[in-house]
Amino acid sequence: MWSWVLHRITGVGIYFFLLVHILDTALVRVSPEAYNAVIGAYQTPFMGVAEVGLVGAIVFHAFNGLRIILVDFWNIGTQIHRPMFYGVLGLWLITMLAFTPRHLMNVFGW
Amino acid sequence: MSVTIEKPNAPMRRPKKGINWEKWGWIYMRVSGIVLVVLIFGHLFVNLMIGEGVKAIDFAFVAGKFANPFWVVWDTALLWLALIHGANGMRTLVNDYATKATTRMVLHGALLVSTLALLILGTLTIYAFDPCPAGSPADLLPSFCPAV
Repeated sequence: MWSWVLHRITGVGIYFFLLVHILDTALVRVSPEAYNAVIGAYQTPFMGVAEVGLVGAIVFHAFNGLRIILVDFWNIGTQIHRPMFYGVLGLWLITMLAFTPRHLMNVFGW
Repeated sequence: MSVTIEKPNAPMRRPKKGINWEKWGWIYMRVSGIVLVVLIFGHLFVNLMIGEGVKAIDFAFVAGKFANPFWVVWDTALLWLALIHGANGMRTLVNDYATKATTRMVLHGALLVSTLALLILGTLTIYAFDPCPAGSPADLLPSFCPAV
């Protein structure tokens, strides 16, 4: 059940980010100054930390989505859905351990 | 000993004719999902991990990417697959949580209109984009723009 709840919550979060992200990128057709001003708002320390949350949501949604596909199509998928969920959490942790330090180095200029 | 099975009370429902859109929606979520894992992980790796990461993103950075047909195709696929995947997911949530028919209709309409508008806007952003707009300061533009 928690995988289902998390899949929904992360999905909605990513969806609303996507709407904003299409709009902010569309500013490249307004002017370089307009785009740079708005994208600059993503480059603050606060947003840098929030981006870790966004990427965390995306990575969970991605791995859990692949687990759903395996549950649907793999003949033993329904029997091992729980171990596969722990696999999702493990892969999520590994990916975030690789992403977070590198990203925070970029954000804070370490 | 024999068992008598009563006839079911509910009349048999004939399968609906025509395209099974719910089935194709279900298939779409899975097929686009697999492709999106590759497209989004690549997008995040190139934009956030390589070089200076998020700090390097500005107008010139975007112009440089859109000058490369590889990223034009990549971002077009990303836009269409992700936005339709997201909108269809939101449609599922509306169907699950909006119990009144009018609420559902309004929310479905809002999803349809916003999705179409953003698909058009996003596609124009990729294809009707001028990397060297006249009158802009040269230090904001990509290096391949001709000096004025």
